[in-house]
Amino acid sequence: MEFIETLLNGLSIGSTYAVIALGYTMVYGIAKMLNFAHGDVIMVGGYMIYLTMAGIGNPILGLAVAVLFCVVLGISIEKVAYKPLRGASPLAVLITAIGVSYLLQSTAQIIFGSAPKMVIVADLGNLTIGSLTVPYYMLITLGCSVVIMLTLSLFVKYTKTGRAMIAVSEDKGAAQLMGINVNAIITITFAIGSGLAAFAGFFMLMKSPSLSNTLGAMPGIKAFTAAVIGGIGSIPGAMVGGILMGIVEALSLTVPAIAPYTDAIEFLVLIVILLVRPSGILGKVRREKV
Amino acid sequence: MALLEVKDLQVYYGVIQALKGISFEVNEGEIVTLIGANGAGKTTTMQSIIGLIPTRGGSVIFDGHDITKTPCHKIVHLGMAQVPEGRRIFQELTVYENLLMGGFSQKDKSAVKEDIEKIYTRFPRLGERRNQIAGTLSGGEQQMLAMGRAMMSHPKLLLLDEPSMGLSPLLVDHVFEIIKDFRDDGTTVLLVEQNAGKSLAISDRAYVLELGEIVLSGTGAELAASDQVKKAYLGG
Repeated sequence: MEFIETLLNGLSIGSTYAVIALGYTMVYGIAKMLNFAHGDVIMVGGYMIYLTMAGIGNPILGLAVAVLFCVVLGISIEKVAYKPLRGASPLAVLITAIGVSYLLQSTAQIIFGSAPKMVIVADLGNLTIGSLTVPYYMLITLGCSVVIMLTLSLFVKYTKTGRAMIAVSEDKGAAQLMGINVNAIITITFAIGSGLAAFAGFFMLMKSPSLSNTLGAMPGIKAFTAAVIGGIGSIPGAMVGGILMGIVEALSLTVPAIAPYTDAIEFLVLIVILLVRPSGILGKVRREKV
Repeated sequence: MALLEVKDLQVYYGVIQALKGISFEVNEGEIVTLIGANGAGKTTTMQSIIGLIPTRGGSVIFDGHDITKTPCHKIVHLGMAQVPEGRRIFQELTVYENLLMGGFSQKDKSAVKEDIEKIYTRFPRLGERRNQIAGTLSGGEQQMLAMGRAMMSHPKLLLLDEPSMGLSPLLVDHVFEIIKDFRDDGTTVLLVEQNAGKSLAISDRAYVLELGEIVLSGTGAELAASDQVKKAYLGG
């Protein structure tokens, strides 16, 4: 029973990572950039949930406000910070993303102070079946993530916009020749990624109510790691990588001798996988075009 | 009336001038060919006309619109399509999905599906392989797919960049047959080719491009008979 509980915990942590990793991997696939400010959008979403909870007290409304705000924030970041750098060196874009990350963290600190806020999203309790005890938040996280991942997979495969996203990620020039507005697709990608970040913020606050301006930092890096493990640019890869990271984390936390080194172990997984498969589990080795 | 009018077009890569002010036109219903050696600026011309690379001077008028500064996707919506050099089909998508992408600019979903069926009729191999991942097609099939994909947007003007490149002689003949069919069905064609002999044979008019400048122009037959062209491009 304990093992099943650990596994469910791992799945719930992992699906949160997967939801964040989707944002990294989609933006990478389409805009060919690493958006290191992505983790901090989670944090902004967290504060939006905090504000709504403090004002109205409805967590679902809090999530809705957070999603909307993060979508607008993500689109704005792309327009203001990244779009002017289209065609610039990848290093310039990377350092700008890191700059945006610090800008978001510092702005949050100025507005909300550096002391963590307590955000009790909802006291949900546990589901008990026989000797199995599972907190409801885990099941909600898991359920929402599955719905998100399914919806996104279907969206990408079966809608015109989704297919345009695949086309842009494969060949920007050829996509334009089809009449696809690449800038619009990049905007949509940032909007989706940032909306998902808000969901991740909600999942994280359900799990642990402490909210500070660095809420998104570590999960952001771990989800990025998950995206790389799965194969950056690959949507199923982000899901697989996220779940794998979550399960490794949950398992490692149950063994007292290695529990303190959990973060290190997760990054070790990255190193091992990249040694065996440099392009990640589901990453494609792209042939260079001649 | 000219469907495409290129005037004094200049393109730079950094400080290097790739197109030194070229002017030419394509009239409705014609097949016009640009021939020239590697590095003459043929692909640059094609990409700058359709807005994939920026121009530094001159103008491009298409169907009455000044499209010199228009982004590529809007030019496609105006009725221009391009089969790019190297085909650039979407390797990870199926044949069917590639054709769907070709119809991206079309609003009517069911019309797009009908168009795809027409492409299957024209290129039966594509119909047989409709659910196959495009990256696994042979070179010839990929070229058919690239041409079918471009025709999905019902272009008034089709730009074909080296469509015979890397194909077996038999397929090369087939490709030129298809180009003639396109023209006979009412599509105007601007063709870039290294295979000067075959392309001049189907061209109404042609231009010779050398180091970013147009050095010669005339009807396909005139150029095929010209000593200069014979010597430089027809191996005689």
